[in-house]
Amino acid sequence: MMLRDETLMALGEVIEEGDIVVAVYQSLFDWMEIKPRDLNYVATGAMGQASSHGLGLALANPERRVFVFDGDGSLLMNLGSLATIGEAAPENLYHLVFANGTYEVNGGHPVPGGKNIDFASIAKACGYPHSFRFSSLQKMQEVLAEIILCKGPVFMALDIEPGKKYPWKYDYIHSSEARDRFRRALNRG
Amino acid sequence: MNSLEYPSGKQIIRQLQMAGVRFVVSLPDIVTSSGLLWPIARNNDFELIRVCKEDEGVSICAAMSYNGTRAVLLMQQTGLMDSLNSIRAIAMDYQLPVIMMVGLQGKEPEPLPEQSSVYGVRIIPSVLEAMSVSFSLIQEPSDALTIQDRIGFCYADSKPHVFLIGRTPVE
Repeated sequence: MMLRDETLMALGEVIEEGDIVVAVYQSLFDWMEIKPRDLNYVATGAMGQASSHGLGLALANPERRVFVFDGDGSLLMNLGSLATIGEAAPENLYHLVFANGTYEVNGGHPVPGGKNIDFASIAKACGYPHSFRFSSLQKMQEVLAEIILCKGPVFMALDIEPGKKYPWKYDYIHSSEARDRFRRALNRG
Repeated sequence: MNSLEYPSGKQIIRQLQMAGVRFVVSLPDIVTSSGLLWPIARNNDFELIRVCKEDEGVSICAAMSYNGTRAVLLMQQTGLMDSLNSIRAIAMDYQLPVIMMVGLQGKEPEPLPEQSSVYGVRIIPSVLEAMSVSFSLIQEPSDALTIQDRIGFCYADSKPHVFLIGRTPVE
């Protein structure tokens, strides 16, 4: 079993100061509380676009690692981005999908396909050289340090359950303050 | 005898180079295929990112802009229409310099886009106006000479712009 907030805390242990983190919806709201940092990219704008923002950031900032914390409903909305990323093959991109089978912040309605979709296999077939699926936090933690040494794009599907629910801060994520904060941090070097 | 003049693909590409564009993000469009996209694909000055859907390109170009990396999204007007929510949210609400170059598939060479007999072409200027998205027309050869400056202004002001390609660029 993987609780989302506990999983994010574990991931927080391997995120370094210069890394960019792109997260969406409940994973983003949780992440902003668990690991507030200037290089959190919170403004993806339209649902499904996190992986594409991550690709743009990875290509434009090859000296940094870019982590995308995607959602299953979100990724299904932009599934073609897996092929685009597989083709572009940025070595510094780590694409994680937090799959809970629901549109959690939109009322908890089920995602088509529920928890049956094998995102890790789809990513592998789209050209990600390293693709993993975890439903146990302990098993993920045992190999996490090794996984992030792999050259990307790396994909991880995480079968998660909601943990503690952190507040929804939509006003902040869509604010110019959030974008300016990220931009300043990115260009500080 | 046809006296129409067509924009030069070489001139457009030169303008993109002078504007400092490094990345071209694209879905193929028959209007710009031979005059722009194939030459760009063969040009080592550009990194070509082929996407599966145009709204991916809006996000890629926007994300790149945070450290000043310049990119252009090359697509057809059908892809523009398919990407309106991303353009609304990412380029307009977030005020990011997403530069789009849009082939008007089906447009006749002579008229302005708003005078086209093709509904899908005719509505494009009105749609962009309704969204307050800045746009300009590349139809005559001299129109291409505005590209470098326009891109520079958009990055300086952090605003999007759409270049509508009204005639097929010649190689």
